[in-house]
Amino acid sequence: MSSDSSRLRQLAVSESGFVFDPLTGHTFTVNAAGLAVLSGLKAGLDVDAIAASLGASFEVEGGEDLRRDVDDFVLRLREHGLVK
Amino acid sequence: MSPRYERPVIVRHALGGADKFGAANAVRPVRDFEGVSIAELVAAHGSPLFLFSERLLRQRVRELRSQLSRRFDDFVVAWSYKTNYLGAICEVMHQEGSWAEVVSGMELDKALGAGVPGARILFNGPAKSAADLEVAFRTGVHVHLDHLDELELAERVAERLGLRPQVGLRVHIGDLPVQQWDRFGFTLDNGSADQAVRRLLRRGVLELTALHCHIGTFVLDPAAYRHEARALARFGRRLEREHGVRIDSLDLGGGFASHNTLHQQYLPGEELTPSLGQYVEQLADGLDEGLEGAPPPRIVLETGRAMVDDAAILVATVLANKRLADGRRGVVLDAGVNILPTAWWYRHDVLPVEEPRGLAEPTVFFGPLCMNIDVVREALMFAPLEAGERVVIGHVGAYNVTQWMQFITLRPNVVLVSERGEHAVIRRAETVATLLQQEEVPPWLRR
Amino acid sequence: MRPPCEAVVAVTGMNATDNPAPGVAVCRSLRAVPEFRGQVVGLGYDALDPGFYAQGLLDAGAILPYPKAGRLAMLERLRALRSELGIDVLLPTLDSELRAVAASERELAELGIACFVPRLDALAAAAKARLPELAGRGGFRTPDSEAVGHAEAVRTLVDRLGLPLVVKGVFYGATIVHSEADAVLAFHHFAASWGLPVIVQRYVAGEEYNVAALGDGEGGLVGAVAMRKMALTDKGKGWSGVTVDGPDLLRTTGALVDALGWRGGLEVEFLRERATGELYVLEVNPRFPAWVYLATGAGQNLPWAYVMLACGEPVPELPPYRVGTQFVRISLDQIQDLSTYGALSASGRFGSVGVRRAS
Repeated sequence: MSSDSSRLRQLAVSESGFVFDPLTGHTFTVNAAGLAVLSGLKAGLDVDAIAASLGASFEVEGGEDLRRDVDDFVLRLREHGLVK
Repeated sequence: MSPRYERPVIVRHALGGADKFGAANAVRPVRDFEGVSIAELVAAHGSPLFLFSERLLRQRVRELRSQLSRRFDDFVVAWSYKTNYLGAICEVMHQEGSWAEVVSGMELDKALGAGVPGARILFNGPAKSAADLEVAFRTGVHVHLDHLDELELAERVAERLGLRPQVGLRVHIGDLPVQQWDRFGFTLDNGSADQAVRRLLRRGVLELTALHCHIGTFVLDPAAYRHEARALARFGRRLEREHGVRIDSLDLGGGFASHNTLHQQYLPGEELTPSLGQYVEQLADGLDEGLEGAPPPRIVLETGRAMVDDAAILVATVLANKRLADGRRGVVLDAGVNILPTAWWYRHDVLPVEEPRGLAEPTVFFGPLCMNIDVVREALMFAPLEAGERVVIGHVGAYNVTQWMQFITLRPNVVLVSERGEHAVIRRAETVATLLQQEEVPPWLRR
Repeated sequence: MRPPCEAVVAVTGMNATDNPAPGVAVCRSLRAVPEFRGQVVGLGYDALDPGFYAQGLLDAGAILPYPKAGRLAMLERLRALRSELGIDVLLPTLDSELRAVAASERELAELGIACFVPRLDALAAAAKARLPELAGRGGFRTPDSEAVGHAEAVRTLVDRLGLPLVVKGVFYGATIVHSEADAVLAFHHFAASWGLPVIVQRYVAGEEYNVAALGDGEGGLVGAVAMRKMALTDKGKGWSGVTVDGPDLLRTTGALVDALGWRGGLEVEFLRERATGELYVLEVNPRFPAWVYLATGAGQNLPWAYVMLACGEPVPELPPYRVGTQFVRISLDQIQDLSTYGALSASGRFGSVGVRRAS
C-alpha cells in the first residue's frame, strides 16, 4: 500500500461527501462507501482491512469483490493526485 | 440496519459544469415491456434482444389513420418495407389496412410472397430492373418512375408485354425547409418534370395517373409538408389543364420524425417531435391550397419511421466497467453499432432495468466490437452498473433490423410481444451455422 | 394551496453571468413585495450558477437536469423537490424550459405545483421561425425572415434578402453577417449550438426597444413596461436601460398577447426603423426578460403578479409605470465559505424552507 496518509489528512471532507483539496483547490464528491475508504486510508489501514470494514458497515449481497473496488478507488485517488 | 453497499466512487467537479443533479435519480427503471418482465424475456430469448410491442405498432398506425380520416375521404397508408421488413411486422401493418411500399426487387418479391395483392403495392426507388418492372406490370403494382432511363425502360417492358400500365412520376420540389433530396425524381422547378410528362404522353405507352414526392427524412418541421402538398397538388392540376391527364393519386411520401433525438438536436425528441396530427394538419392545409376547390385525389402516405421506431426497445447486458483515461466511466455492453446502426444518428435513450442506486457519473456506453467507432451512447449521467445488469435502449424499431450487419458477433433474436403478454421470436438469432450455410471453400483448398 | 403571500416559489435561471438568465431579477422582484412571507427557491443547472450565491436572495437552491435530458427527467426532479422543499409555484425563466413546463402543467398540478405558462400552441406560434405568420394575425410588422434547415438555403436567402442579414439560433443568439461566407458560418455555429432550424432575417437599421409583459391567458394584458437599452455588453446584452413612454410599443404588445391568448410572462423585442419610423417586432421571448426587475422598480411587479395568477388569485390593476426609471447592472464578487457549493455539489441542493421568515 503506497498511499500517503498525510496528504489525505489535509483534505477537508464533509459528512455529505463533499471533498475540498486545499493544496490544489479541486473539489470532489464521494459516496458513502468512498467516505469510508477515505477514512480507512487516513487511519493508515491496508486494502484488506478497508475491504473488511466495508463489508462490516454496509449491507453486501455477497457477490461483490470489495478488494477490487477499494483498489479501483485508490487508483482514482492517485489519478486525482490525492495519493502517491 | 446498515446502508446498502455501492462501489466507492469519487467524482471530481469539472470546471463549469457537468450535467449533475446531485444524488437524486431522475430516471425511472424500465422493469418490464408490455407487462412482461425484462428478466423473463431475456431468460427466454437471450441478450441482446430486440423487443417489439404489437400494441404500440397498431396504436401508431391507427392514430395516423384516424388523423387522416378527419381530413380525407380517400387515403392510403402504405408500409415502408425498408424501415422494417420482418414478416411479422409487415403482417401487423397489413392487418391494420396498410399497403406495401417497396423500393427493390427483393422487397417486391417479399411483399408478393406474403400475399399482398399487386394492386396494394407501391413500387418506388431509383433502381428497378427490367425483370422487376415486368413482375410489377403483370401483377398490377403501382410503379412510380424515378428518372428518364427508367421511364424508357418501363416503356420497353410495357410494349413487350403488350400492356398499358398506369404509372406515377416521382417529383422533386425545391425550396423546402429541409435538406434537399434532389437525387430522386424529376425536378419540378427546372422543368424536367414537365419534360418527362410530355415524353410519356407523346409515346402513349404508359398511362400517367399518379404523382409522388418524398421530401426527406426525420423532418421536424410539419410546415414542410404544407409546401410539398401544395406544390404537388398544383402541379397535378396544371397537368390536367395543359394535357388533359387525370391525376387520381398523390403520394406524399414519408419522413415524419419518431421520438428519437438526432445528435444535432438540442432538445430531446420527446419534446421536439411534432404529433402525427400536426403533420396531417399541415399536409391537408397545403392540399386545400393547391386544389383550390377541385375534387381531391386519393392521398397516399408511406411514413415508416414514425410508425415503428417508438414501438421497440433493445435490451443489452453490461459486460464490464472500465475507467477511461479522461476519468469517465466506460460501460461495455453486449450490443453495439453492428446491431444498432442508428446510434450513429441518434442520442438513444439508455435506461436502467433495476432501480438506479449510487452516485451518477458521466458514462459512455460501448458495444462489444473491437472497433473504436462502437459507441452506443456518449456522455450520459448514469448510476453505477454491475456486470450482468441490463439496460434498455429506446426507440430502436426503425431501420435497425434492416440495416444491421453481421460483423464480429451474430445478430440476436427479435421478439414480438402481444398485448396479452405472449412473446414469440420473429427472427431467430444467427449461429455460426447460419454463416456457414452461405459459404463455400473451393475444392483446391479443401483438406 | 397556500395563499401567494405564503407560497414557496421556485424560480429557474440562476445563471446570472454577463449573459444573464432572468432568475435573479425575478427573485428580487418577489423579495420586494412587503406582504410576501413565503420562501424563494432558486433552480439552476450548475453548482456554480451565480444566483445561488446572491446574499439574502434565496431560502434554498437546487440543481435541475439540463432541458436536454427531457421532460420526464425534469418532472422526476421536481417531484423530488416538491417533497423535499414543498414547492407551491414554479416560475420558469428559460426559453429551453418552457415547452417542457407547458407540456407538464397538468402533471405539475397533480404534484401540487402551480404555474402560469403559455399553452403549447401559443408557444409554438410565438417561435422565431413562425413570427411572419404571427405578424399577419396580430397585424404588426416583422422583418422578412425564414427558418432554414440546411446551409444551401442560407445562400438562397442571401440572394433574396440581401446583405447584411441577421442569423439567429432557434433558442438563443443572433449575429449580423455581412457576407455569404459569414452567413453560412453563422448557420453552422447556431445549428451546432441549438440545433435546427436556424433563422435568417432581413437586417433593419434602427433603434431597439423591449417590452416586458404578462398576459392573463384570455387575451388581456396584466401589465407591460417598455424600455430602451442604454449600454450593451460585447454580447449585445443590455447592461443599462431606461423605461420609456411607448404607446405603440404597448399597443402592439397588447395585440400580440391578444392574438396568442398569451398566458404568463413574455418579452417582445422591437425595432423602430431609422429611415421610416416603422415599428417591427424582432422576436417574442416566451418568458420574463433578465431586466424584469426594472419593471418592478418602475412600479409594475410582473413576477409577483405571475405568482398571484398561478395561485388563482385575482390581480389588481397594475399602476402605470414611471417613465425615466433607469437600471444599471453591476458585477460584484460574493464572498463565502464552501458550504453552499459543497452542498450543491454533493447533494444537488442547499438550504431549507422549513423556517418561515418573520413578516
